Amino acid sequence: MEWKIEIRKRKGVFDPLGEGVKKDILDLGISGVKKVNVSQVFIISGDITESDIKRIAGELLTDSITEEYVVNNERRTTNDDQRKSRAKSRGERRIIEIAYNPGVMDPVEESARKAIKDMGIYGVKSLRTEKKYFIEGKITENDFRNICEKLLYNKVIQHAVKEHSARCIKHSNGYKFKLVIVNLLGADDKRLTKISRDGQLFLNLKEMAQIKNHFKKLGRNPTDCELETIAQTWSEHCGHKTFRGIIEYEEDGKRKIIDNLLKNTIMKVTSELKKPWCVSVFKDNAGVIRFDEDDNICFKVETHNHPSALEPYGGAGTGIGGVIRDILGVGLGAKPIMNTDVFCFGLPDTPRKNVPKGMLHPKRIMKGVVGGVRDYGNRMGIPTANGAVLFDERYIGNPLVYCGTVGIMPKDKSFKAAKCGDLIVAVGGRTGRDGIHGATFSSGELTHESEAVSGGAVQIGNPITEKKLTNTLLKGRDRNLYTAVTDCGAGGFSSAVGEMGEDLGAEVDLEKAPLKYQGLSYTEIWISEAQERMVLSVPRENLKELMDIFKKEDVEAVVVGCFTSNKRLKLRYNGNVVCDLDMEFLHGGIPRFERKAVWSKPSHRECDTKDKKDFTQDLLKILSSWNVCSKEWVIRQYDHEVQGQSVLKPLVGIENDGPGDASIIRPKFNSKKGIIISNGINPRFGFIDPYWMAASCIDEALRQVIAVGGSLNKTALLDNFCWGNTDKPDRLGSLVRASFGCYDIAKGYGVPFISGKDSLNNEYSVRGESIAIPGTLLISAISVMDDVTNAVTMDLKEKGNLLYIIGETKNEMGGSHYNLINNCVGNNAPTVDAKKGLKIFNRISEATRLGLLRACHDLSEGGIACALAEMAFSGGFGIEAELKEAPYEAKSSKAKRDSIILFSESNTRFIAEVRKQDKNKFENLMKGIPIGLIGQVSGKKDLKIYGLSGKKIVDISLDKLKEAWQKPLRW
Amino acid sequence: MKKPRVIVLRTAGTNCDNETQAAFKMAGADSELVHINELARDEKFLKNFQILAIPGGFTYGDDIASGKILANEIKYKLNADLKNFINSGKLVIGICNGFQALVKAGILPGINSGTIESTLSFNDSGSFIDKWVDLRTTNDERRPKEVPSEVEGRTTKCVWAKNLPETIYLPIAHGEGKFIPRDNDVLNQLRKNKQIVFKYIDNPNGSIDDIAGICDTTGRVLGMMPHPERHVLGTQHPRWTREGLKERGDGFMIFKNGVDYVRMRM
Repeated sequence: MEWKIEIRKRKGVFDPLGEGVKKDILDLGISGVKKVNVSQVFIISGDITESDIKRIAGELLTDSITEEYVVNNERRTTNDDQRKSRAKSRGERRIIEIAYNPGVMDPVEESARKAIKDMGIYGVKSLRTEKKYFIEGKITENDFRNICEKLLYNKVIQHAVKEHSARCIKHSNGYKFKLVIVNLLGADDKRLTKISRDGQLFLNLKEMAQIKNHFKKLGRNPTDCELETIAQTWSEHCGHKTFRGIIEYEEDGKRKIIDNLLKNTIMKVTSELKKPWCVSVFKDNAGVIRFDEDDNICFKVETHNHPSALEPYGGAGTGIGGVIRDILGVGLGAKPIMNTDVFCFGLPDTPRKNVPKGMLHPKRIMKGVVGGVRDYGNRMGIPTANGAVLFDERYIGNPLVYCGTVGIMPKDKSFKAAKCGDLIVAVGGRTGRDGIHGATFSSGELTHESEAVSGGAVQIGNPITEKKLTNTLLKGRDRNLYTAVTDCGAGGFSSAVGEMGEDLGAEVDLEKAPLKYQGLSYTEIWISEAQERMVLSVPRENLKELMDIFKKEDVEAVVVGCFTSNKRLKLRYNGNVVCDLDMEFLHGGIPRFERKAVWSKPSHRECDTKDKKDFTQDLLKILSSWNVCSKEWVIRQYDHEVQGQSVLKPLVGIENDGPGDASIIRPKFNSKKGIIISNGINPRFGFIDPYWMAASCIDEALRQVIAVGGSLNKTALLDNFCWGNTDKPDRLGSLVRASFGCYDIAKGYGVPFISGKDSLNNEYSVRGESIAIPGTLLISAISVMDDVTNAVTMDLKEKGNLLYIIGETKNEMGGSHYNLINNCVGNNAPTVDAKKGLKIFNRISEATRLGLLRACHDLSEGGIACALAEMAFSGGFGIEAELKEAPYEAKSSKAKRDSIILFSESNTRFIAEVRKQDKNKFENLMKGIPIGLIGQVSGKKDLKIYGLSGKKIVDISLDKLKEAWQKPLRW
Repeated sequence: MKKPRVIVLRTAGTNCDNETQAAFKMAGADSELVHINELARDEKFLKNFQILAIPGGFTYGDDIASGKILANEIKYKLNADLKNFINSGKLVIGICNGFQALVKAGILPGINSGTIESTLSFNDSGSFIDKWVDLRTTNDERRPKEVPSEVEGRTTKCVWAKNLPETIYLPIAHGEGKFIPRDNDVLNQLRKNKQIVFKYIDNPNGSIDDIAGICDTTGRVLGMMPHPERHVLGTQHPRWTREGLKERGDGFMIFKNGVDYVRMRM
């Protein structure tokens, strides 16, 4: 028997969800909707009596204060409603019911079934949820369709329930084993290419030929499972083959061969610096550094771009879920203590007609992504305390979603090694058809057909499964019950078992994996990227104790195989061998990429920086530009304080709403030792020169660490490259150039890289033309702070205090926001002099350690003008400042102009607030460093800036500055 | 002296358990994290503790409604034990999700024991919000301003809220924190019984009568949406860099009250 229970708000009860939808409809440009109501629908089938269903509905599913329910076992309501809605004067009230597509995880199912069991009702066989929308008002049929498709559901994961349509589409009635052999040996080049494309393997011809040769030597064809395993392992996502390949690089007519870009730039910094506190770098799931005598901390940032483009909510949620599992899988498992999220979107005010076919509007993507991170991160109980949101029209077809997690673990749990004979235990979520081909999918370009072809790669996560997994896994770790652990990320079991058994060998019986539903083939089980799963290697004698831990907290764990010593990957399905691969070939057989890369400096239109009498309007424009404006709407949706460890929150100041430079947490309540997390990202400088973009990103991330009171002593970096298709020499050329920048500047500052990731092929084809994202480098910094009570925030603190600029301003307007609001890019991107910069950083660290700084803010987008404005309105104090006191690079003094000093985004600069009584102490400490006393904190509520001539060039109240800054994203 | 024993109840999706445990430890208690399955399977016993804390989180994903599945579980698995616990004079605190569970299990406000008299529903804004709020700690609105707080109206029934300053500053972090009593009768009862413990000064979620926290008719069971365990240390205050670093945050006193109450009677 199938029951349908519909839960509606009682009459007169405010429906905030409906209100939200109403607002979003207005956002679509559709007016006329008077009211929206949302009902939750539960479809429960099984052997349940009517009285039990009424108990379930009344006691469990309905909130008797605000809701009421309707039970119907014949689904008459739907038809009735629809008939009624048709009858109701053609479109006064419309109804649509949205259900998940078959195979998509419905997170409510598991918990609701548990609750029904708790009530002593055991007959439930399946439970699905739907959402029912009632839309009242005069709208056209076309409007209604638009609302449904653009707002209420995403066909990648959901569908509208049709009248009389079967509600529960069966996945398939079980699976009958049939071994699939792929005829590679008989395939010519054309055929090999076709096999790769049709199978969504994303392997190039050279790779396919290599595989063919391997099997030729073996005298047999591969199974589908073998081919898939190789494709996963060799995917760009898992293998970083571009970075490790051979590149012929050309710049200004000069050529050189780079054999492994990663080793020659990013990793070289670390190996040359030899920091004793780097515990594990570029080996494990994340970089690990020393925290204190007992513990290490680790940090990893991942991207989840392609899934987020198609299904923003699910894509971002599973992105954060994935990077959390990375941290759970570092060493023997670390406890996640903080998340960081950085997003790049198209412009939220993009006209709808400019959104390419098959793509969602940037605003919808943004809302979905933020919602996904919110719901997953908050449910995991990990504070999302750092991040950034950037906008550029070229992200419209390909948004970027960077998700990062910090973890902490005991020193002696920082390494892993599976042993021969250990059992392979799969733990956490069940395996389903979700996420098939995620790893290879992310290695290709998006087209408007992507959603149809790769819909399976998109999933909805279930954070509670991961939360349970986290708690129990760490218990098992603390009792030393397993020897190794890896997350099932891209590639699923295939990559997890393949990685753990690389030096050993492994055997897996695929039919043992717990499935969400019947009907999966052996290959689907093997490569499914269903979420919330981890693989452990467990010595046989520990199995019972470990299984008990999982069982006690309702976490599913199953032995699926064991590690061997024969260096072979052997998979069986009910005893039939479906894969038997040589580990050496699997991990070492990939032909190295040989690619060409070219970089030549582009030439952009120079901007007119002619001086004006008044720059107030320019300042307001920059403050309210998408990149600079307040991100409070995003930040407040994240629980950034759970775990109780926050010391500096993302928002600071007298009204808790100013833009803090970096976040600090203290992971132990009884210790003052803390962790600073910051990030640097500025794709606009990359338009001019990726080298200086990389330099600026590193400088910015470090600047923020310094600004909040940290030091470079125990600071490490992560790199995340998101680039276009690096098969194209110009894209690869800019990647190479950015990598050079990373090496030079990180080395110069003495700061090692500890982990990184690249996401290439971020392009979008529209009408045959491929649009690449701007090459976007995210640099994340992690720093250990000895005493968090020395922390400094950027908001002005007291009237009468002195304001200093530290660091030189240069004529570096290229890529600046001043140029952006004047519709040009320019050609002189900000540079970095690490030798001078290091001195500045170290002195400021000393000043904060001595308690000399009342406030400190790093100068970035919008330069001095923006920083002064932000410090003023965050602190609630006015400023009077004179530009002629700002240190200015001597050689370009001819170009000394108000506009440049106000808005240049030169690196390694800060504004500091110092008490009058500390003036001498501060100035003595800063000897040899370019500083300028530019003004004072005033008692008035406005910002006054005097130009080089001594005339006032900015004069505006704090309220107006703050309003300009807050308004754009006050959604 | 023996330390009061606190059970911090956890289950799937509990996520403020560690900081709640830490807050009770700072307040001088012995606190232990216990999974609800351990109670249900008779591996641990509620009666061995003096204080029950149900911490914040998203138990069972807040699927169906916030705290609902945990409330259901409490009702069906722990009901008798919990009633005995409360009736024997012991203390309960439910924070955020714990508050939601206590309300939806009918334990709070507990005017007519076991019936659902109120709920915590979606914020008026429709979205989750993390921010700091000022809470008024008196439950008696009729007290004229000029009457010093120690004279009148400060005698809230709630033992957890004794001697708190007039206003305290704590963070909220919830999507479903709007307190709604069934009707005016319930609201009047709450007022009359001095069961309203905390009120928002600037209502962030649309709660009826600005209610942020209530206690039961005994005054020993407290439920509140704001997170006192997130303000026990000075560095947790969002403006400590402006206003100076204090040793303890405003939330600390709440835990201390609970622990001291038990200690006095042990």
